[in-house]
Amino acid sequence: MPDTHDLILFAVIAAGTAATRFLPFLLFPAGRRKPRWLLRLSNVLPAAAIAMLVVYCLKDVYFSLPQGFLPELISLAVVFLLHLWKRQSLLSIGGGTICYMILLQQVF
Amino acid sequence: MRISIKGKVLKTAFIDTLPIFAAYLILGMGFGVLMSDAGYPPYFVFLMSAFIFAGSMQFVAVSLLAAKVMPVTALLMTFLVNARHIFYGLSLLERYQGTGRIKPYLIFGLTDETYSLVCSQPTAANDNRATYYFMVTLLNHLYWIAGGVIGSILGSVLPFNSKGIEFSMTALFTVIFLEQWKQTKDHAPALIGIAATVASRIVFGLEHFLIVAMAIIAVGLLLLLHLRKEEEHLA
Repeated sequence: MPDTHDLILFAVIAAGTAATRFLPFLLFPAGRRKPRWLLRLSNVLPAAAIAMLVVYCLKDVYFSLPQGFLPELISLAVVFLLHLWKRQSLLSIGGGTICYMILLQQVF
Repeated sequence: MRISIKGKVLKTAFIDTLPIFAAYLILGMGFGVLMSDAGYPPYFVFLMSAFIFAGSMQFVAVSLLAAKVMPVTALLMTFLVNARHIFYGLSLLERYQGTGRIKPYLIFGLTDETYSLVCSQPTAANDNRATYYFMVTLLNHLYWIAGGVIGSILGSVLPFNSKGIEFSMTALFTVIFLEQWKQTKDHAPALIGIAATVASRIVFGLEHFLIVAMAIIAVGLLLLLHLRKEEEHLA
Protein backbone atom coordinates (compact mmCIF):
# COMPACT_ATOMS: atom_id res chain seq x y z
CA MET A 1 0.00 0.00 0.00
CA PRO A 2 1.29 3.50 -0.77
CA ASP A 3 2.14 5.46 2.39
CA THR A 4 2.20 9.24 2.78
CA HIS A 5 5.78 9.50 1.53
CA ASP A 6 4.85 7.54 -1.61
CA LEU A 7 1.96 9.89 -2.26
CA ILE A 8 4.18 12.94 -1.80
CA LEU A 9 6.77 11.54 -4.24
CA PHE A 10 3.97 10.74 -6.71
CA ALA A 11 2.64 14.31 -6.51
CA VAL A 12 6.14 15.80 -6.89
CA ILE A 13 6.97 13.64 -9.93
CA ALA A 14 3.61 14.34 -11.58
CA ALA A 15 3.97 18.09 -11.00
CA GLY A 16 7.61 18.09 -12.13
CA THR A 17 6.75 16.21 -15.33
CA ALA A 18 3.87 18.57 -16.12
CA ALA A 19 6.18 21.53 -15.42
CA THR A 20 8.69 20.39 -18.08
CA ARG A 21 5.84 20.06 -20.58
CA PHE A 22 4.15 23.38 -19.80
CA LEU A 23 7.31 25.48 -19.42
CA PRO A 24 7.78 26.48 -23.10
CA PHE A 25 4.10 27.39 -23.43
CA LEU A 26 4.25 29.48 -20.25
CA LEU A 27 7.46 31.23 -21.34
CA PHE A 28 6.03 32.05 -24.77
CA PRO A 29 2.25 32.48 -24.36
CA ALA A 30 0.05 32.29 -27.46
CA GLY A 31 -1.08 35.90 -27.46
CA ARG A 32 2.32 37.54 -27.40
CA ARG A 33 4.61 37.91 -30.43
CA LYS A 34 7.44 35.42 -30.40
CA PRO A 35 11.01 36.45 -31.14
CA ARG A 36 12.22 35.70 -34.68
CA TRP A 37 15.02 33.40 -33.52
CA LEU A 38 12.47 31.26 -31.68
CA LEU A 39 10.28 30.83 -34.76
CA ARG A 40 13.30 29.93 -36.86
CA LEU A 41 14.47 27.52 -34.17
CA SER A 42 11.07 25.82 -33.98
CA ASN A 43 11.31 25.14 -37.73
CA VAL A 44 14.54 23.18 -37.46
CA LEU A 45 14.07 21.70 -33.98
CA PRO A 46 11.73 18.78 -34.90
CA ALA A 47 14.24 17.23 -37.33
CA ALA A 48 17.00 17.42 -34.72
CA ALA A 49 14.72 16.19 -31.90
CA ILE A 50 13.52 13.13 -33.86
CA ALA A 51 17.11 12.34 -34.81
CA MET A 52 17.98 12.58 -31.12
CA LEU A 53 15.13 10.19 -30.25
CA VAL A 54 16.31 7.60 -32.79
CA VAL A 55 19.81 7.65 -31.30
CA TYR A 56 18.36 7.66 -27.78
CA CYS A 57 16.48 4.41 -28.55
CA LEU A 58 19.80 2.86 -29.60
CA LYS A 59 21.66 4.04 -26.51
CA ASP A 60 22.16 0.50 -25.15
CA VAL A 61 23.96 -0.99 -28.16
CA TYR A 62 27.57 -2.07 -27.66
CA PHE A 63 30.13 -3.27 -30.16
CA SER A 64 32.21 -5.75 -28.18
CA LEU A 65 29.92 -8.66 -29.10
CA PRO A 66 27.87 -9.28 -32.29
CA GLN A 67 24.62 -9.60 -30.27
CA GLY A 68 25.28 -6.14 -28.85
CA PHE A 69 24.53 -4.36 -32.11
CA LEU A 70 23.59 -6.78 -34.94
CA PRO A 71 19.88 -7.16 -34.03
CA GLU A 72 19.48 -3.38 -34.01
CA LEU A 73 21.55 -2.86 -37.16
CA ILE A 74 19.74 -5.53 -39.18
CA SER A 75 16.27 -4.46 -38.01
CA LEU A 76 17.02 -0.81 -38.76
CA ALA A 77 18.13 -1.85 -42.25
CA VAL A 78 14.81 -3.69 -42.65
CA VAL A 79 12.90 -0.56 -41.60
CA PHE A 80 14.92 1.55 -44.06
CA LEU A 81 14.51 -0.84 -47.00
CA LEU A 82 10.81 -1.50 -46.40
CA HIS A 83 10.19 2.22 -46.15
CA LEU A 84 12.18 3.11 -49.26
CA TRP A 85 10.36 0.34 -51.11
CA LYS A 86 6.70 0.75 -50.13
CA ARG A 87 6.64 3.91 -47.99
CA GLN A 88 3.93 2.38 -45.81
CA SER A 89 4.69 3.43 -42.23
CA LEU A 90 2.91 0.52 -40.53
CA LEU A 91 4.58 -2.03 -42.80
CA SER A 92 8.04 -0.57 -42.13
CA ILE A 93 7.48 -0.38 -38.37
CA GLY A 94 5.81 -3.81 -38.11
CA GLY A 95 8.37 -5.51 -40.35
CA GLY A 96 11.31 -4.03 -38.46
CA THR A 97 9.82 -4.91 -35.07
CA ILE A 98 9.01 -8.53 -36.01
CA CYS A 99 12.51 -8.88 -37.46
CA TYR A 100 14.00 -7.58 -34.20
CA MET A 101 11.87 -9.90 -32.06
CA ILE A 102 12.83 -12.94 -34.14
CA LEU A 103 16.52 -12.01 -34.01
CA LEU A 104 16.40 -11.48 -30.24
CA GLN A 105 14.33 -14.57 -29.40
CA GLN A 106 15.56 -17.13 -31.94
CA VAL A 107 18.94 -16.10 -33.33
CA PHE A 108 21.00 -14.23 -30.74
CA MET B 1 -21.86 14.99 -40.62
CA ARG B 2 -19.77 16.24 -37.72
CA ILE B 3 -19.78 12.79 -36.19
CA SER B 4 -18.64 11.09 -39.36
CA ILE B 5 -15.73 13.52 -39.74
CA LYS B 6 -14.74 12.89 -36.13
CA GLY B 7 -15.04 9.17 -36.76
CA LYS B 8 -12.73 9.49 -39.74
CA VAL B 9 -10.16 11.44 -37.72
CA LEU B 10 -10.40 8.85 -34.95
CA LYS B 11 -9.76 6.08 -37.47
CA THR B 12 -6.70 7.87 -38.85
CA ALA B 13 -5.45 8.52 -35.32
CA PHE B 14 -5.99 4.88 -34.37
CA ILE B 15 -4.08 3.58 -37.40
CA ASP B 16 -1.26 6.07 -36.80
CA THR B 17 -1.02 5.05 -33.15
CA LEU B 18 -1.03 1.26 -33.74
CA PRO B 19 2.74 0.90 -33.23
CA ILE B 20 2.36 2.97 -30.06
CA PHE B 21 -0.56 0.79 -28.96
CA ALA B 22 1.66 -2.31 -29.09
CA ALA B 23 4.58 -0.70 -27.33
CA TYR B 24 2.63 1.22 -24.66
CA LEU B 25 0.59 -1.81 -23.74
CA ILE B 26 3.68 -3.98 -23.30
CA LEU B 27 5.86 -1.31 -21.70
CA GLY B 28 2.93 -0.19 -19.52
CA MET B 29 2.48 -3.79 -18.39
CA GLY B 30 6.18 -3.93 -17.58
CA PHE B 31 5.69 -0.91 -15.34
CA GLY B 32 2.59 -2.47 -13.73
CA VAL B 33 4.46 -5.70 -12.98
CA LEU B 34 7.37 -3.80 -11.42
CA MET B 35 4.97 -1.81 -9.24
CA SER B 36 3.05 -4.88 -8.13
CA ASP B 37 6.33 -6.66 -7.29
CA ALA B 38 7.19 -3.61 -5.17
CA GLY B 39 3.92 -4.11 -3.29
CA TYR B 40 1.77 -1.36 -4.78
CA PRO B 41 -1.94 -1.88 -5.59
CA PRO B 42 -3.44 -1.40 -9.09
CA TYR B 43 -5.12 1.89 -8.14
CA PHE B 44 -1.72 3.47 -7.41
CA VAL B 45 -0.42 2.23 -10.76
CA PHE B 46 -3.52 3.78 -12.36
CA LEU B 47 -2.86 7.11 -10.62
CA MET B 48 0.77 7.17 -11.73
CA SER B 49 0.10 6.21 -15.34
CA ALA B 50 -2.84 8.63 -15.58
CA PHE B 51 -1.22 11.66 -13.93
CA ILE B 52 2.50 11.30 -14.59
CA PHE B 53 2.13 9.75 -18.07
CA ALA B 54 5.84 9.64 -18.83
CA GLY B 55 7.25 6.19 -19.50
CA SER B 56 10.92 6.52 -18.66
CA MET B 57 10.16 8.72 -15.65
CA GLN B 58 7.74 6.17 -14.21
CA PHE B 59 10.36 3.43 -14.41
CA VAL B 60 12.76 5.74 -12.60
CA ALA B 61 9.98 6.50 -10.09
CA VAL B 62 9.77 2.83 -9.07
CA SER B 63 13.33 3.00 -7.76
CA LEU B 64 12.80 6.46 -6.24
CA LEU B 65 9.80 5.09 -4.31
CA ALA B 66 11.74 2.04 -3.17
CA ALA B 67 14.64 4.19 -1.98
CA LYS B 68 12.25 6.60 -0.19
CA VAL B 69 14.26 9.55 -1.50
CA MET B 70 13.62 13.12 -0.41
CA PRO B 71 10.97 14.95 -2.46
CA VAL B 72 13.54 17.48 -3.67
CA THR B 73 15.71 14.64 -5.02
CA ALA B 74 12.70 13.22 -6.85
CA LEU B 75 11.96 16.66 -8.32
CA LEU B 76 15.52 17.17 -9.60
CA MET B 77 15.52 13.67 -11.08
CA THR B 78 12.21 14.44 -12.80
CA PHE B 79 13.61 17.61 -14.39
CA LEU B 80 16.70 15.73 -15.55
CA VAL B 81 14.82 12.80 -17.11
CA ASN B 82 12.09 14.97 -18.66
CA ALA B 83 14.14 17.95 -19.84
CA ARG B 84 13.67 16.84 -23.45
CA HIS B 85 9.98 17.81 -23.19
CA ILE B 86 11.12 21.43 -23.39
CA PHE B 87 12.30 20.77 -26.96
CA TYR B 88 8.91 19.37 -27.89
CA GLY B 89 7.04 22.32 -26.47
CA LEU B 90 9.32 24.81 -28.21
CA SER B 91 8.73 23.18 -31.59
CA LEU B 92 4.96 22.89 -31.11
CA LEU B 93 4.24 26.46 -29.92
CA GLU B 94 2.76 27.28 -33.33
CA ARG B 95 1.00 23.98 -34.00
CA TYR B 96 -0.77 23.94 -30.66
CA GLN B 97 -1.82 27.56 -31.04
CA GLY B 98 -5.57 27.91 -31.49
CA THR B 99 -6.38 24.39 -30.35
CA GLY B 100 -8.79 25.88 -27.81
CA ARG B 101 -9.79 24.40 -24.51
CA ILE B 102 -8.11 21.02 -25.18
CA LYS B 103 -4.72 22.75 -25.30
CA PRO B 104 -3.81 22.12 -21.63
CA TYR B 105 -4.56 18.42 -22.12
CA LEU B 106 -2.46 18.28 -25.31
CA ILE B 107 0.46 19.82 -23.43
CA PHE B 108 -0.03 17.57 -20.41
CA GLY B 109 0.00 14.45 -22.63
CA LEU B 110 3.00 15.39 -24.77
CA THR B 111 5.02 12.15 -24.71
CA ASP B 112 7.89 11.32 -27.09
CA GLU B 113 5.54 9.24 -29.21
CA THR B 114 2.70 11.77 -29.34
CA TYR B 115 5.24 14.45 -30.23
CA SER B 116 6.68 12.35 -33.05
CA LEU B 117 3.22 11.89 -34.63
CA VAL B 118 2.15 15.50 -34.13
CA CYS B 119 5.31 16.97 -35.63
CA SER B 120 5.16 14.61 -38.62
CA GLN B 121 1.80 16.10 -39.65
CA PRO B 122 1.74 18.87 -42.26
CA THR B 123 1.78 22.31 -40.64
CA ALA B 124 -1.09 23.70 -42.76
CA ALA B 125 -3.97 24.66 -40.53
CA ASN B 126 -7.21 22.80 -40.96
CA ASP B 127 -10.25 22.23 -38.81
CA ASN B 128 -9.50 18.60 -38.05
CA ARG B 129 -5.98 19.31 -36.89
CA ALA B 130 -6.88 19.92 -33.24
CA THR B 131 -9.21 16.91 -33.21
CA TYR B 132 -6.44 14.71 -34.58
CA TYR B 133 -3.93 15.93 -31.98
CA PHE B 134 -6.52 15.30 -29.28
CA MET B 135 -7.36 11.78 -30.46
CA VAL B 136 -3.69 10.79 -30.72
CA THR B 137 -2.98 12.12 -27.22
CA LEU B 138 -6.06 10.49 -25.72
CA LEU B 139 -5.53 7.10 -27.40
CA ASN B 140 -1.90 7.00 -26.28
CA HIS B 141 -2.95 7.97 -22.76
CA LEU B 142 -5.52 5.17 -22.65
CA TYR B 143 -3.08 2.55 -24.03
CA TRP B 144 -0.55 3.53 -21.39
CA ILE B 145 -3.04 3.41 -18.48
CA ALA B 146 -4.51 0.11 -19.71
CA GLY B 147 -1.06 -1.48 -19.96
CA GLY B 148 -0.11 -0.41 -16.44
CA VAL B 149 -3.33 -1.59 -14.80
CA ILE B 150 -3.38 -4.91 -16.70
CA GLY B 151 0.25 -5.53 -15.75
CA SER B 152 -0.33 -4.79 -12.09
CA ILE B 153 -3.37 -7.09 -11.93
CA LEU B 154 -2.19 -10.00 -14.04
CA GLY B 155 1.51 -9.91 -13.29
CA SER B 156 3.94 -11.03 -15.93
CA VAL B 157 1.68 -13.58 -17.62
CA LEU B 158 1.63 -12.93 -21.34
CA PRO B 159 0.16 -15.26 -23.97
CA PHE B 160 3.25 -14.76 -26.15
CA ASN B 161 6.90 -13.91 -25.86
CA SER B 162 7.01 -10.13 -26.21
CA LYS B 163 10.76 -9.75 -25.85
CA GLY B 164 11.99 -7.08 -28.24
CA ILE B 165 8.61 -5.48 -28.96
CA GLU B 166 9.96 -2.19 -27.62
CA PHE B 167 11.77 -1.88 -30.95
CA SER B 168 8.48 -0.60 -32.40
CA MET B 169 9.36 2.76 -30.80
CA THR B 170 12.76 2.82 -32.48
CA ALA B 171 11.11 1.85 -35.77
CA LEU B 172 8.42 4.51 -35.39
CA PHE B 173 10.96 7.26 -34.76
CA THR B 174 13.09 5.97 -37.65
CA VAL B 175 10.15 6.08 -40.08
CA ILE B 176 9.29 9.61 -38.98
CA PHE B 177 12.95 10.52 -39.39
CA LEU B 178 12.91 9.16 -42.96
CA GLU B 179 9.67 10.99 -43.77
CA GLN B 180 11.06 14.27 -42.46
CA TRP B 181 14.25 13.66 -44.43
CA LYS B 182 12.27 13.26 -47.66
CA GLN B 183 10.16 16.34 -47.02
CA THR B 184 13.06 18.76 -46.93
CA LYS B 185 16.32 19.54 -48.70
CA ASP B 186 17.70 21.02 -45.51
CA HIS B 187 19.35 18.06 -43.77
CA ALA B 188 21.66 20.04 -41.51
CA PRO B 189 19.31 19.99 -38.44
CA ALA B 190 18.82 16.20 -38.64
CA LEU B 191 22.56 15.64 -39.04
CA ILE B 192 23.30 17.94 -36.10
CA GLY B 193 20.78 15.91 -34.04
CA ILE B 194 22.44 12.61 -34.89
CA ALA B 195 26.03 13.81 -34.51
CA ALA B 196 25.40 15.59 -31.20
CA THR B 197 23.59 12.64 -29.62
CA VAL B 198 26.02 9.98 -30.84
CA ALA B 199 29.03 12.03 -29.76
CA SER B 200 27.71 12.77 -26.29
CA ARG B 201 26.61 9.14 -25.81
CA ILE B 202 30.19 8.04 -26.58
CA VAL B 203 31.86 10.74 -24.50
CA PHE B 204 29.51 11.11 -21.54
CA GLY B 205 28.09 7.60 -21.10
CA LEU B 206 24.55 6.42 -20.40
CA GLU B 207 23.71 8.57 -17.40
CA HIS B 208 23.90 12.15 -18.59
CA PHE B 209 24.37 12.10 -22.35
CA LEU B 210 20.86 13.27 -23.23
CA ILE B 211 21.16 16.55 -21.35
CA VAL B 212 24.53 17.24 -22.96
CA ALA B 213 23.17 16.28 -26.38
CA MET B 214 20.27 18.70 -25.97
CA ALA B 215 22.61 21.53 -25.05
CA ILE B 216 24.81 20.83 -28.08
CA ILE B 217 21.76 20.63 -30.37
CA ALA B 218 20.35 23.92 -29.08
CA VAL B 219 23.67 25.73 -29.49
CA GLY B 220 24.35 24.02 -32.83
CA LEU B 221 20.98 24.96 -34.32
CA LEU B 222 21.17 28.56 -33.12
CA LEU B 223 24.66 28.81 -34.58
CA LEU B 224 23.43 27.34 -37.87
CA LEU B 225 20.58 29.84 -38.05
CA HIS B 226 22.95 32.69 -37.21
CA LEU B 227 25.40 31.70 -39.94
CA ARG B 228 22.59 31.47 -42.51
CA LYS B 229 21.32 34.88 -41.52
CA GLU B 230 24.76 36.33 -42.13
CA GLU B 231 24.87 34.64 -45.54
CA GLU B 232 21.50 36.20 -46.38
CA HIS B 233 22.87 39.61 -45.47
CA LEU B 234 25.95 39.08 -47.63
CA ALA B 235 23.98 37.81 -50.62
